[in-house]
Amino acid sequence: MAEHVENVDTATAWGGGRSPFRATYGKMMMWFFLVSDALTFGGFLIALGFAKASAESWPVAEKVFFHFPLTHANLPLIYVALMTFILIVSSVTMVLAVEAGHRMDQKGVQKWLGWTVVGGAIFLISQGWEWSTFIAGPDGMISTWADNATLTNNPYSPLNPDDLRYTNFFFFVTGFHGFHVFTGVLINFLVFLQVKKGVYQARGHYEMVEKVGLYWHFVDLVWVFVFTFFYLV
Amino acid sequence: MENRDDLIVNDSYAPLSNHTEEEGKAIRKKIWFVTILLSVLTTVEIFMGIYLSDRDASLWPVVKWAFIIMTVVKAFYIVMEFMHLGHENKALRRYIIIPYIFFIIYMMFLILKEGFFVGAGYN
Repeated sequence: MAEHVENVDTATAWGGGRSPFRATYGKMMMWFFLVSDALTFGGFLIALGFAKASAESWPVAEKVFFHFPLTHANLPLIYVALMTFILIVSSVTMVLAVEAGHRMDQKGVQKWLGWTVVGGAIFLISQGWEWSTFIAGPDGMISTWADNATLTNNPYSPLNPDDLRYTNFFFFVTGFHGFHVFTGVLINFLVFLQVKKGVYQARGHYEMVEKVGLYWHFVDLVWVFVFTFFYLV
Repeated sequence: MENRDDLIVNDSYAPLSNHTEEEGKAIRKKIWFVTILLSVLTTVEIFMGIYLSDRDASLWPVVKWAFIIMTVVKAFYIVMEFMHLGHENKALRRYIIIPYIFFIIYMMFLILKEGFFVGAGYN
C-alpha cells in the first residue's frame, strides 16, 4: 500500500498509454463484474421488497428459522447468525491472506487462504442443513412433496397458501447466493493450489489472491444484505 | 522496471502494492478493528431481531431503520477496508460507487413505490 506519487506531465497526459484508475486490467475487470453482479442481487432483493410490500401477509422469520442441529429448543435466528459469523470470519481470513501476499509471505497466504476455503465449505454445509430444514416445513419432516416447502407449495403462510412468493424468494435468493459461495470456494481452492506451488511467488506479486479476494468479500457483502432483508426486516 | 506507476503494461501496478512488515502491522490492526465492528453490529442485529422485532409494535419502524443503517455501515466497512476500495485511486472509487448507488436507489424508489401501491390495491 505504498503511496504512489503521481507526477503528471500535462504535455503528455493526453497522449494515451495511461490508466486513469491506476489499477491492473484484471482487478478493474473484477470490479466491473462485481458491479454487474451486485445489480443482479440488488434486483433480487428489491423484487423481494416488492413482494413484501404488496403481500397480504408475510411469514415472520423468527417463527420459521428457529431450529438448531441436535436440539429441539426454540432458538430463533441463532443458526442464521452462526452462518453469518462463519462467513464474516472467512472474509477476515481472506483479507489476512491478501495482506500476507503483499508481504510476499507464501506460508502466510497459504495458511489464511486455506482457512478461507474451510470457512466457505462450512458455510455451504450449513446452508445444506438450512435448506433441508426449510424444505421439511413446519411439521419438521421431509415427507411427501405435498406438505414440504417447495417452489409450488408454501406451508409457511397458512392463511395465504396460494401466495408462493415466500418459498420462491427463499430458494432463489439464498440459492443464488449459495451458488456464488460454491464457485468462490472452488476458485479459492484452485488459487490455494497455485500458491502452494509457488506460482505467485515466482511472479513477484500475489494479485491473483487479491482478485479472488474481491470476489470472496463480495459474497460476504451480499450475505450481509440477504441477512437483513430476508431474515430481519 | 521503469519507475512509473501510470503505464498500462500487464501487471505493472501489482508489484507496487506490496508493503513492508511495518506497514503490514498497521493494516492488520485495521483488519481486526473492522472484524470486531462487524461482529458487534451483527450481534446487536440478532438480539434486536429476536427481542424487538414484534411486527405489531409501534417500535417496528425504528427497529427496521436501525437494521438498515447497521447493514449499510457494515457494507461500507467491507467495501472500503476488506475490498480495499477506500485505498484505491479516487477516480476508480467514484467510478464503481456512484453509478451503482444511483441505479439501485432509483430502482428501489420505483419498485417499492409500485409494491405499496399494488398492496394497497389488494386490501
